[in-house]
Amino acid sequence: MTTAAAALYLREWRIARRIGGGAEIGLVFFLILVALVPFAIGPDLNLLARIGPAILWIAALLSTMLGVDRLFQSDEEDGSLDLLLTARLPVELIVIVKCAAHWTVSALPLAIASPLFGLMLGLDAKALALVAASLAVGTPALTLIGAIGAALTVSLRRGGLLLAVIALPLTVPVLIFGVAAASAASDGPTPFLTPFLVLCALTLLSLGGAPFAAAAALRHARD
Amino acid sequence: MRLRASQIAIERGGRRLCSNLSFELGKGEALIVVGPNGAGKTSLLRAIVGLLPLAEGSISAEGGDDEASVGEQAHYLGHADALKGALTARENLEFWAALLAQGGSAKTPLEALKRLGLAHVLDLPVRALSAGQKRRVALARLLAASRPLWLLDEPLTALDEAAQRLCLDVLREHLAGGGLVIAATHAPIGLAGASELRLGGAEAL
Repeated sequence: MTTAAAALYLREWRIARRIGGGAEIGLVFFLILVALVPFAIGPDLNLLARIGPAILWIAALLSTMLGVDRLFQSDEEDGSLDLLLTARLPVELIVIVKCAAHWTVSALPLAIASPLFGLMLGLDAKALALVAASLAVGTPALTLIGAIGAALTVSLRRGGLLLAVIALPLTVPVLIFGVAAASAASDGPTPFLTPFLVLCALTLLSLGGAPFAAAAALRHARD
Repeated sequence: MRLRASQIAIERGGRRLCSNLSFELGKGEALIVVGPNGAGKTSLLRAIVGLLPLAEGSISAEGGDDEASVGEQAHYLGHADALKGALTARENLEFWAALLAQGGSAKTPLEALKRLGLAHVLDLPVRALSAGQKRRVALARLLAASRPLWLLDEPLTALDEAAQRLCLDVLREHLAGGGLVIAATHAPIGLAGASELRLGGAEAL
């Protein structure tokens, strides 16, 4: 079972690296979103520094949702999904492994690059560290929640928007506590640890729930 | 292993494709499912592998791996080849071998491709292959991971004459080794000694 899971992870990782459209495009999209905000709001550095963590979180949220819609669809189109369901690997585990690979390739680079983009918004050093930490801990929840939407829309040819409509409302708690943890530095009195721990809990909760929901949706989509 | 389907009925989109269908298949036996387009050949194969719920009846396997479902002991070769164009033939086969393997003796990707006359494409990305070559790589998957029951949906599609003969040889070897084959075709494929199951006869009249 371990070798099968490792083989699946390696395959997902290779495909994402070779086809492109994974890490690089997600990062560029993230950069564009972050760069657009100052144009819309104006070059007020104090304002940007105050809402910077929220901007970075929204940008990360949208970049994650943008990439996750192909999570199961490409396998559905070429028949791989049928075969994956006949493997002696629980479908829930397949969902977790695919999410893990997707997260490493497309969400982890966002967390790593976020301090760089935060600089463009005038965040100070402490805020940069908090944003990166909250993104690293919170983005797995976004990917897992996105996977539910991806599984529900797997057989729709143009399910991207529907996926966003299904999954984005579910990400609200993650967004609230993610931004709360990330902006602890700039908002002064708000503590960092409390929202950060709730964020960890939300990620663990989605790790416990989302694979089952997504697996049920995938099994149902086979009929 | 022995595959037994008793009194099964299959529905698709509210339409009953077949009902009261029973058959048994033992070691080294082949069953050819024939019928016109839309008769339910693919649906029957998908129902056996567990991808389509049965409306009635049951399908069971005896004497195989008791802990595995029928689908987990079966190779399903559908219309789609289930190959990733970005990966090489070797990577595709290694992946499916790791995922579908059941512990029996299987060929390495190179041996499996050699058997189908495609050793030279081992390290080529699959998207560079022709439709017939992709089909042969998909057939090589059956050899790269060992599973007793082969469910083949139009296995000879896109294959040239030589490749068709090669494919039938591979099927005969599998049967000789105690395997089971269920193949859906709209034209006879010339597998001697195989029993035939005709679907959709009544509706066609």
